[in-house]
Amino acid sequence: MRYHKPDSFVEASRIASAAGRYRFLAGGTDVLVQMRAGISTPEDMIDLKGIPGVGDIARTPEGGWRIGVAVPGAVLGRHASLKADWPGVVEGMNLVGSTQVQGRATLAGNLCNGSPAADSVPGLIAACARVEVTGSTGTREILVEDVPAGPGRTTLAPGEVVSAILLPPRGAGGGDAYLRFIPRTEMDIAVVGCAVSLRFADGVITEARVALGAVAPTVLLVPEAAAALIGTQGDGVALAALSAAAMGAARPISDRRGTAEFRKEIAGVLARRAATIALARARGEPA
Amino acid sequence: MSKVHVSATVNGDPVEFLADPRESLLDCLRDHLGLTGTKEGCGTGDCGACSVLVDGTLLCACLVLGVEAEGKTIGTIEGLAQGHELHPLQRAFIDHAALQCGFCTPGILVASKALLDQNPDPTEEQVRFWLAGNLCRCTGYDKIVRAVMDAAAEIRGA
Ligand SMILES: Cc1cc2nc3c(=O)[nH]c(=O)nc-3n(C[C@H](O)[C@H](O)[C@H](O)COP(=O)(O)OP(=O)(O)OC[C@H]3O[C@@H](n4cnc5c(N)ncnc54)[C@H](O)[C@@H]3O)c2cc1C
Repeated sequence: MRYHKPDSFVEASRIASAAGRYRFLAGGTDVLVQMRAGISTPEDMIDLKGIPGVGDIARTPEGGWRIGVAVPGAVLGRHASLKADWPGVVEGMNLVGSTQVQGRATLAGNLCNGSPAADSVPGLIAACARVEVTGSTGTREILVEDVPAGPGRTTLAPGEVVSAILLPPRGAGGGDAYLRFIPRTEMDIAVVGCAVSLRFADGVITEARVALGAVAPTVLLVPEAAAALIGTQGDGVALAALSAAAMGAARPISDRRGTAEFRKEIAGVLARRAATIALARARGEPA
Repeated sequence: MSKVHVSATVNGDPVEFLADPRESLLDCLRDHLGLTGTKEGCGTGDCGACSVLVDGTLLCACLVLGVEAEGKTIGTIEGLAQGHELHPLQRAFIDHAALQCGFCTPGILVASKALLDQNPDPTEEQVRFWLAGNLCRCTGYDKIVRAVMDAAAEIRGA
């Protein structure tokens, strides 16, 4: 295996395009585990941490956020103003692994690893986050929900690298939240995850996005669940409709972590609870 | 496979080693630098036995490539005691019998030191969450948590 530490994304993409089996290296908390298990045997390892700006969290001119692809979870969790804008995104990432894993694991790695149970991805999708992608022909921006293609796969073309995570401006009356169910309180893979982001103005929910994790081959954006909230006050009737829509959209498998029936039910429960927290945050109330 | 020359600082001392790019930092510490205090438990980031500090951040050395250590400052369990003077955490672990087989102990000490460096007065809950990535199959954790709380109090008082 050859180890590369390029100083630009264009160079990183160029190395990848010329390589056979390659991996980009952010925090390595998926890559190194897969190498050890023999699932991944890269010939070229392209470390992204030498590229200027990859460790930065910056406010964009529009009032959103640009997050570098090497920013670890622990650093996101310490960023007060990012957390004030997007608490659901940050709490999703902060659920990943232990203190040690938080010191390394990144949003971009969580997304590009392609796990349907990736804890930061529902929050990013609910937030309408985008990624900037750099390839041989330049850069493009795509929605986060368009990145996963199935377990362990993404829609990125060979050689393409995520060069930043982009969060939109939060704006007034916004709130988001992420919840997952695991059988213990730490260090486990989500049996179900759910993120809700919404906007509350003049007594009604005017915008909403709902995303479910671990109930399909990719993290799902569920417009029917969002529709159950939009135009309502987030009352019991709306929350019941939200739960039903989330349960209806879930297409889980049964495995040793839980049966399909159980996962469907939990999807409904988590959607209701996450929406309640997001709404409280949107109204500036304690969640 | 061509090896890569790596220069780093470990426990305050400059070191150099030749790493196969596939080797983890854990392999390099143990096999190239002879620092065998850092243990391999699972090799997949779940158990925390290989906890080290890299530029002040607590990490599992099994999830870092040795070549990534170039130019970095690394802290391992061998750097905890000052010569023959044990760190208060080490003394508290002995006083509380917070270990049995001892395999997880170096990682837990390194992780606990990292906690106390940033939070000298943690609650019991904060200690338990911080150490959730450090598995111990002998003690049941209570003595470990009590030892960390006591060491924290001693350091604050000193
Ligand atoms: C003990 C342990 C516990 C864990 N717990 C959880 C958990 O609770 N929830 C959870 O969701 N995950 C968990 N994980 C998995 C992992 O930590 C996360 O998925 C993490 O966010 C991956 O980020 P990374 O930076 O370490 O990725 P890396 O391992 O560096 O990369 C992951 C993949 O993404 C690719 N990649 C990385 N960056 C880019 C980029 N910029 N552009 C294109 N491709 C890229 C890599 O080539 C690789 O294929 C756990 C892992 C461990 C070891």
